[in-house]
Amino acid sequence: MLHIIACIKQVPDTKIIKMNPKTNTMDRASAPAILNPYDAHAVEEAVRIKKKYGGIVSVLTMGPPPAVKAIKKCIEIGADEGYMISDRRFAGADTLATSYALTKALDKIQKSRPVDLILCGKMTIDGDTGQVGPGIARRLDIPPLTSVKKVESVHQEEGHIIVHRKIEDGHEVIQSTLPCLLSVEKEINEVPYSSFPNMIKAARYDPVIWSVDDLEDVDIKQLGLKGSPTIVAKVWAPPKPEGGKMLEGSPHDQVDQILSVILEKKELFQAKGGS
Amino acid sequence: MNLEEYHGVWVFIEEQENTIAPVSLELLGAGRQLADKRGVELAGVIIGSQVTTLASTVFEYGADVVYVYDQPIFKDYRTESYMKALLHCCETYKPEIILFGATSTGKDLASAVATDLPTGLTADTTELDVEEDTGLLLASRPAFGGNIMATILCKKYRPQMATVRPKVMKALEKEPGRTGKLIEEQINIKEDDIRTKVLEIVRATTKKVRIDEADIVVAGGKGLGSAEGFQLIHRLAETLGGAVGASRDVVEAGWIEHHHQVGQTGVTVTPKIYFAIGISGAIQHLVGMKNATMIIAINKDPDAPIFEACHYGIVGDAFEIIPLLVEQFSRAIAKEEVNHVGEV
Ligand SMILES: Cc1cc2nc3c(=O)[nH]c(=O)nc-3n(C[C@H](O)[C@H](O)[C@H](O)COP(=O)(O)OP(=O)(O)OC[C@H]3O[C@@H](n4cnc5c(N)ncnc54)[C@H](O)[C@@H]3O)c2cc1C
Ligand SMILES: Nc1ncnc2c1ncn2[C@@H]1O[C@H](COP(=O)(O)O)[C@@H](O)[C@H]1O
Repeated sequence: MLHIIACIKQVPDTKIIKMNPKTNTMDRASAPAILNPYDAHAVEEAVRIKKKYGGIVSVLTMGPPPAVKAIKKCIEIGADEGYMISDRRFAGADTLATSYALTKALDKIQKSRPVDLILCGKMTIDGDTGQVGPGIARRLDIPPLTSVKKVESVHQEEGHIIVHRKIEDGHEVIQSTLPCLLSVEKEINEVPYSSFPNMIKAARYDPVIWSVDDLEDVDIKQLGLKGSPTIVAKVWAPPKPEGGKMLEGSPHDQVDQILSVILEKKELFQAKGGS
Repeated sequence: MNLEEYHGVWVFIEEQENTIAPVSLELLGAGRQLADKRGVELAGVIIGSQVTTLASTVFEYGADVVYVYDQPIFKDYRTESYMKALLHCCETYKPEIILFGATSTGKDLASAVATDLPTGLTADTTELDVEEDTGLLLASRPAFGGNIMATILCKKYRPQMATVRPKVMKALEKEPGRTGKLIEEQINIKEDDIRTKVLEIVRATTKKVRIDEADIVVAGGKGLGSAEGFQLIHRLAETLGGAVGASRDVVEAGWIEHHHQVGQTGVTVTPKIYFAIGISGAIQHLVGMKNATMIIAINKDPDAPIFEACHYGIVGDAFEIIPLLVEQFSRAIAKEEVNHVGEV
């Protein structure tokens, strides 16, 4: 039986978030907290693998107490178990400190049920890095496979998996030993609407929640802000573009004006003429 | 950690079938400026099989030193093997800064190496600078979905690492004959040590105009209304010999594939002409196209933010304007071609 873990994060919906123009900080209250959209695909893929090969899907998150909601969302998608690590001492973590804390939680989960496969999203929409997945893989010393757009087959008996990795101009087919970690692209699957039974299960579900003290062999210096080599020194609003010339007149006049501006750059079209 | 032991700016040189990725040359340009400001050497690191000959190109684009790991085992990119080579190089020569292209390979390698070192890694950087006296790298990037720009520092660890967006930095003019110090290294690594195998590489066969290399990009947004409406964008692009771009909402609606998406979570483009048609101009879209030489926006809403980011704006209905553009351009181009024939 496969044990698959998806790492998931609750994030502010940065698509609709409002910024405080004076301080350049986010007005968190202006944006609902959602399950990181890329992570929904990781959970869905885990559920699909489970349906095909049998197994159990757990999800793991590090976040503040309200992040329980993101775990419930994963239960709706079809995950079986949820784990959350939550503690003030985790706060302010960059990708290095995040992968450290999540690895400590994975170590603990593995004690009772060894993990065959870890799935992460391509990236979070608040951190935007995609670095946490490979970080976890290195810390656990298992192969990291990023940009995965298809899981071809899982061979638990033989101890390997075959996946497709997206590359700049196509894809490569990779075989990796198990356990390994996949960061999945959004195109790997479509997340369907949740089924009614799963919604009921989610509503009643309480995840396992651990603090730092519940984890073993933790070096406090590697956690949170203290354990983060990167520091945000300055934030500013992206420069506002100045805006250009609005063309006047009828649609015909406007198109004529565009035409004459562009034809001044006619070198662009000459390649087509075979010169 | 003694920060004083770390010197020099490095660029990881990404290579495929014996061609250097454009972003690596761009990073040599950016790295040259950082190295000159610090008064240190600029180095390129090449890992691969039969790649030593690429060193001359790396010198010609600005490097003083090239480290090469040229062994058959590096034929295909694999995280574990490449990571071991780069870690070996870092331990031996101790750079203060390493830059990678923010491509799938560059991000994959950088994330693994940063964890093992360990050190800080800034993702998707769009601006780079360095403090002359301390060597502190100032790596700035859009954050929170492009709502803010943030400068990220890594004060206490070396090397400082960043992945940098393609098409944002500028490569130097190639200086033929320029050379430098070539350092050939080897590591002891066996096939059995590596847990992944590349079974097959499948390259997209259709050689379409690549959007990130096109001189003209015609991009359409949700304003085209439907997949059928979006066909107008294809028509204009064909007329102009350009590539088709799209906003994320269009990709999410399934009107076109993801590799046409321009913006923060898509590609960055720097064409000579960029048409933004029926695109509102969200900041996440703008970061991907704002460096185009000329931006022409067409939108029926006079208050659309795109008009603040364009050089020429037309307030109008795409369904009326595009057919006119297609017609006028077809005529103008036909005339141009006649002129060419006349000149020959
Ligand atoms: C983390 C994150 C990453 C993102 N990354 C990207 C990215 O990489 N690329 C990207 O594009 N977006 C990205 N987005 C989404 C972005 O915020 C916007 O939602 C998106 O760009 C909007 O697409 P649009 O302009 O096509 O649609 P809309 O915002 O719906 O705009 C449609 C426009 O069309 C105009 N219009 C309607 N009808 C007509 C007509 N007949 N003729 C002319 N004009 C018409 C309307 O006035 C409107 O301005 C990202 C968001 C987040 C949170
Ligand atoms: N706090 C977290 N808890 C659990 N998983 C996380 C967390 N942060 C990041 N991840 C995982 O790592 C992936 C990449 O995140 P990032 O490096 O922040 O872009 C995400 O898609 C998640 O799968």
